[in-house]
Amino acid sequence: MVFSRHPVSAAMFMIVSLVGVAALFVLLESFFLAILQVLVYAGAVMVLFLFIIMLLDVGPEAGKRKLSHFKTGIFGILATFLLVGILLILGNSYDSLALDQSIWPELSESKDGGASQGLPFSTKVSSFGYGLMTKYMLPIQVSGFMLLAAMVGVIILSKKTPSREDVK
Amino acid sequence: MMLSVTPQHFLILSFLLVGIGFLGLLIRRNVLLMLMSLELMLNGINVALLTFSRVGGNLDGGIFVFFIMTVAAAEVAVGLALLVALYKKRNSVLSDDMGLLKN
Repeated sequence: MVFSRHPVSAAMFMIVSLVGVAALFVLLESFFLAILQVLVYAGAVMVLFLFIIMLLDVGPEAGKRKLSHFKTGIFGILATFLLVGILLILGNSYDSLALDQSIWPELSESKDGGASQGLPFSTKVSSFGYGLMTKYMLPIQVSGFMLLAAMVGVIILSKKTPSREDVK
Repeated sequence: MMLSVTPQHFLILSFLLVGIGFLGLLIRRNVLLMLMSLELMLNGINVALLTFSRVGGNLDGGIFVFFIMTVAAAEVAVGLALLVALYKKRNSVLSDDMGLLKN
């Protein structure tokens, strides 16, 4: 995405990579964070980016030259071959796409140890809530205050300020 | 052919994401794209944190990912508002045109 000169195509590639990261979160068995990633990043943040890009009407950066259609076609064909190769490899070894239990530790769903051994990794959302409300009580309040400050700051920034021109 | 996903793969990907984000921060002159590169770097850090959290069997890394997402969303909102305010003044989003103290 960093090599695309046009901001809109960069944003589109960014959405692709963010959804890919969300898929990796699913593979790491933290489904709540994957959902949050899609909602927050690929939803809210990128919509905000695209909105600002289209609001400011940002064109492509002035550069040397654009890629010709010929080169674009060659790169497209290469990318298609790469995709087909990856899909073939994945199709041959599909069952191993799940996490190998000999390398990755198995999730223990024992309900006993909350405070005894720290917070155990869990796929459940309730354990997130438990951790946020007990061990991370102060950070969540600080982050809530930070969100409030960001909101107030954005409102003040985007308000029309007649003062500067009047003073001058 | 037997492939399996190891933590090293996740860490390599996380390193690559941070590297690509940093490269984008260096080579782009559009501030919007620089903000997007920052987001990409934060995502790479999220991947690394969640990998270690999963390997160590500890939820603390996951909760840190949660906080990083919060901070990133707030940062994007404030950054874009600043950018719009700056665009109103200077009529450009390129970082070359923002040397305020330069003659």
